[in-house]
Amino acid sequence: MMIVVDALSHIYAPDTPLARVALRSVTLSISPGERVGVAGPTGSGKSTLIQHLAGLLAPSSGRVLLDGVPASGKGQKSQSRRRQVGIAFQYPEEQVFEQTVGREVAFGPRNLGLDSGEIHERVRWALNLVGLDAPAFLDRSPFTLSGGELRRVSLAGVLALQPAVLILDEPTAGLDPRGRGSLLERIDAWQRETSSTLIVVSHDLAALAQLIDRVVLLRGAEIVADGPSRSVLGDPARLTGAGLEPPLPVALLHQLRTAGWNVATDRFRPAEAAEEIASYLRAGRRQFETRGVPQ
Amino acid sequence: MNLLLPGMYVSTHSPVHRLDPRVKMTAALLLMVAPFAAPGFPSSVLLAAFVGLIALLSDAPWLALLRTLRTVLWLGCFLFVFYLFTTPGRVLVAWRGISLTAEGLAAGTTQIYRLCLLVVVSSLLTFTTSPAQLTHGLEALLHPLARLGLPVREAAMVLSISLRFVPTLFDQVERLIKAQRSRGAALQSGPPWRRIRSWIPVFVPIFVAAFRRADELAVAMDARGFRGVRQRTHLRRLRLGWRDLFASLIVLGIGVTAFALDRFL
Repeated sequence: MMIVVDALSHIYAPDTPLARVALRSVTLSISPGERVGVAGPTGSGKSTLIQHLAGLLAPSSGRVLLDGVPASGKGQKSQSRRRQVGIAFQYPEEQVFEQTVGREVAFGPRNLGLDSGEIHERVRWALNLVGLDAPAFLDRSPFTLSGGELRRVSLAGVLALQPAVLILDEPTAGLDPRGRGSLLERIDAWQRETSSTLIVVSHDLAALAQLIDRVVLLRGAEIVADGPSRSVLGDPARLTGAGLEPPLPVALLHQLRTAGWNVATDRFRPAEAAEEIASYLRAGRRQFETRGVPQ
Repeated sequence: MNLLLPGMYVSTHSPVHRLDPRVKMTAALLLMVAPFAAPGFPSSVLLAAFVGLIALLSDAPWLALLRTLRTVLWLGCFLFVFYLFTTPGRVLVAWRGISLTAEGLAAGTTQIYRLCLLVVVSSLLTFTTSPAQLTHGLEALLHPLARLGLPVREAAMVLSISLRFVPTLFDQVERLIKAQRSRGAALQSGPPWRRIRSWIPVFVPIFVAAFRRADELAVAMDARGFRGVRQRTHLRRLRLGWRDLFASLIVLGIGVTAFALDRFL
């Protein structure tokens, strides 16, 4: 689904002393199948932006179009477009309400009006996708699960909608490192398999770097950078300017560079950074050897 | 909190904000009772003008203040129509046994005026006094009742804790509505019994969260050595200053004048 955001502004509590501008004339477009990260410090408008993409807020001015149809419109067309956008808010486990895991995951598909066979199929598929063994979990009460399991169940509830656009707000907040890694892997695999659009919000995008190819940087209700992951995340000056920490590998490469090493600084994945340093060292040795050979 | 609720506290440093909550609460009570004790026209104008002046002095958001009146719109209409047709007196229009009297018109208008004054005065109180101050003031005013063995301090504590969580829960309801709606939940449509059912996905999590939060709060209070409210003192003690004295005198003066106007004019 093609997402177009055109000069979108959003003001909370307008015409009151508490009025606050959350987005100021934001323009961007996201093509089908893109993997976009939205980053920015607290209060930069990230959360407001994704709510607009899901049609959950009405713009103060400007437009949000899903395949050319206003996202927050009341009409039948807008409604059907909105249904193709799945959104998992921060701490999605807070929304769990059903008596069993199976019913909880089935809530979305049931609202889509699917027949029971299809619903059952999707519930199993979604549970397996997030790494939970469906037969073992279907009839358990969600309130007996661990935090990590509950997070997966609530994500399965969104994935079961089989959205064309999936929006995740801080999907790994509060998970332990192992749970974080396996969840990201599964989301990555799901995206590659279905080539859906993936939009991930975080203040620590370096940790989610494997999921995204493009980064939109927000600060103070405006977009301050929008480009390929490498050019945005690899630019420490721009990141610190936006109030964010640069990824650790980039910070390291940057320090090496200021110390006189001739390395590229835009490798934000640890493995890439290691490769860059290794190749510099190899090149250095070769240089030393050619120069160092006595005549 | 992204929403301005009717009657929500708006923090500014207006002269009214800085008054002692006890003075404000007593004054509010007086101003709410006054139109009943002094129902005449001159005193009504005086009281309305005085409340308007307070609103001006308190930097109250005008739009929000007017919006609070919406909450009593239907009650106001009902009262007006009720008094309009049931008050005996000089008949203005009569039609098929229903008569509309001049006295009814006056009585209906009076009811509307009283209702509006009630709402505006209480909104002004909550606009200019934080929940913490309100409960502190209430506790101080009701203190004499504690001698009779009533748990005034405990009640004030419970009240302040629950007021503290209203915005938190409100935020969460807002978030839950969005989350469930994005999963295709059809909230607020259809007949009442179905409407209640459709809200279960919002109500269940909010109750779960409220209980969990209460539990966590209890543990946190325990961990900080909270042992009942008996020996508790306040960080900010209420102290009456010259402003409070001045404000009390003015309110009292207006009250007496309103009463006198009706008596002697």
